[in-house]
Amino acid sequence: MTTSVPASRGHRALLAGWGLAASSATELVDVDAGTLAAAVKDLPARGGIARGLGRSYGDPAQNAGGHVLRLAPTNEHIVIDDVAGTVTAGAGVSFDDLLAVIVPRGYFVPVTPGTRFVTIGGAIASDIHGKNHHADGSFGDHVTSLRMMLADTTVVTVGPDNDPDLFWATVGGMGLTGVIIDATFRLIPVDSSRMSVETRRIDNLDDIMSRMAASDSNVRYSVAWIDLLAKGKHLGRGVLTNAEHATATQLAASQATDPLCFDAKQIVAVPPIVPAPGVINRLSVTAFNELWYRKAPLVRQGELQSIPAYFHPLDLVGNWNRVYGRQGFLQYQFVVPFGAEDVLRAVIERISAATLPIFLTVLKRFGAGNPGHLSFPIGGWTLAIDVRAERAGLSALLNGLDTLVLDAGGRHYLAKDFQTSPAAVRRGYPRLDEWLAIRERVDPAGVWASDLSRRLGLTPFRTN
Amino acid sequence: MQNALNEPQTIVLLGGTSEIGRAIVDELLSVSTQTLVLACRRPDEAQPERFAADGLHVAVEYFDAAATETHDGFVRKLAAEHGDIDIAIVAFGVLGVQSQFDDDPHAAAQAVHVNYTGAVSTSLAIAAQMRRQGHGQIAVLSSVAGERARAGNFVYGSSKAGLDAFAQGLGDSLAGSGVKVTVIRPGFVHSRMTRGLKSAPLATTPRVVGELAAAGIRKGKHTVWTPGVLRYVFMVLRHVPRPIFRRLPLG
Repeated sequence: MTTSVPASRGHRALLAGWGLAASSATELVDVDAGTLAAAVKDLPARGGIARGLGRSYGDPAQNAGGHVLRLAPTNEHIVIDDVAGTVTAGAGVSFDDLLAVIVPRGYFVPVTPGTRFVTIGGAIASDIHGKNHHADGSFGDHVTSLRMMLADTTVVTVGPDNDPDLFWATVGGMGLTGVIIDATFRLIPVDSSRMSVETRRIDNLDDIMSRMAASDSNVRYSVAWIDLLAKGKHLGRGVLTNAEHATATQLAASQATDPLCFDAKQIVAVPPIVPAPGVINRLSVTAFNELWYRKAPLVRQGELQSIPAYFHPLDLVGNWNRVYGRQGFLQYQFVVPFGAEDVLRAVIERISAATLPIFLTVLKRFGAGNPGHLSFPIGGWTLAIDVRAERAGLSALLNGLDTLVLDAGGRHYLAKDFQTSPAAVRRGYPRLDEWLAIRERVDPAGVWASDLSRRLGLTPFRTN
Repeated sequence: MQNALNEPQTIVLLGGTSEIGRAIVDELLSVSTQTLVLACRRPDEAQPERFAADGLHVAVEYFDAAATETHDGFVRKLAAEHGDIDIAIVAFGVLGVQSQFDDDPHAAAQAVHVNYTGAVSTSLAIAAQMRRQGHGQIAVLSSVAGERARAGNFVYGSSKAGLDAFAQGLGDSLAGSGVKVTVIRPGFVHSRMTRGLKSAPLATTPRVVGELAAAGIRKGKHTVWTPGVLRYVFMVLRHVPRPIFRRLPLG
């Protein structure tokens, strides 16, 4: 007897990215491995895109006028292979759920972003990076194979040795080559769930950069927060935090009984209604930045922090994205290659001169990139800033920065982007045409589409 | 698709020679804008070169606001040729001369047909397209003349009153569809349309209307008064007794 699986019914929804800046209307369809094929067959002319937890800042996981497929978090299918040191899990599984399973077993993910609330599918589609990129590369570097559904509903298994073209077009491909169903990737063994952290307050940008450069080879995790309101000789002052996984012997007696204890929780949430302009303004941010800078010790070594405290501090505050108010915010993240340090400095000078209320800034060194056609990291410096989506002056500032970054051979991170142009992507990603050719091979009809793909001209133009 | 700053990639100006419409376009244009369509009845007067910029394609299309039967097809053709419409500005309209309308009821009906009926069918065609595409914004040029009809231009005023009510209702009907409607209510604007007329108090220019309207559109406001103070002026004027209202020097 054959039974046909009906396509899951979707419902109309207004979807926005984590930055809440601009939403669009879509048919949101919940799918799992069993209903995915029917849902893909059911896609309208404006196509579909997979969505995980919606933590991309901009518009890659929304599809105006089309369908958005939300993958079920199938936690029960997290399978650890202790011999190979790998895990296989559904694409809808979050890092939050994954860490709760693997950390007590003595493993950690090879790459984690600044939040646990991303899915494995999203981690691959954005080829996410973490504070260890200079040492360990990006997430795609650790994936040994993945299963995905193509536009014609065939399911293929790809990996670095198995149709590498499609694999690397999918790593960083923003979901535009197909829907990832599950993936197998390497884990790293850890002795404890604690991080041994070195914190250093540094008074200017040059010192931060030279210290980061010097610690490339001997520090696994490294990242700097920069005070973008500081000027003059304090330009680019900040706090550098380096870390390693703590060994069991480093733990205090109280922690030693359960060295792999993993307890991640949220302590507070931002209410749904925030006063219209938000609570982020020049005054509050100046105060915050001063405090944040002053509270950091000149040097503190060997401090033990939990995984959530070191990697995911913002996860402590639920819906922190609401603090920017109704207009939402955008994150501007770019990378410039080594040798373009003067450009990085020029960018920081321009942002500092504009005196924007920016408190969330991340400066990081990337190691070499991987073969992913649209994978973001290349060897160089990456800076990310969060800024309220208000046009007054911001548009001109960012367009100016775009030019500096692109002229230096840099590029923008598509998982964050909600502002650049098709031309900027073409310049920043010289292998775009190779990627488009692979996409054309697996999706000639242009079934996969998102607001991002339309905005940046990554998918063929189709009318409804 | 618009970006995080609500900067459109595609703008359609219906009433492509409207000075106010063009002033709004001036303010909405950014490096993100790829396509601007000037839709008007006299394409040879559209002067597309005024908007020429790197990376911007300016198209001029023949469009007759009075030919309501063509509107749905026209909008579908626009979308087929230029892709999603991010912002449409419904800016066409005729002021007419009230004293001539008194003797020529047919001319009055034609003016109302363009200002109201034509704008209704155009806006509905655009709204349907934007509903299909799941995003977009419609800016409708209303007028404070519709807030309270005056003896001097009540045919025009009544057509704008109808359009204003229509646009508000349209906006509400589109809640949740990803499409927004912004009603622009200018006061007296010095432009070709009002050349030779006596200026009213708080008169303004197309440029000022353009700036305020564009800022309101970007913020997704329902209503934009230009100048902003008119909102409060009309809060009062609406309640002035008729015998007094009739005698006010409102131009």
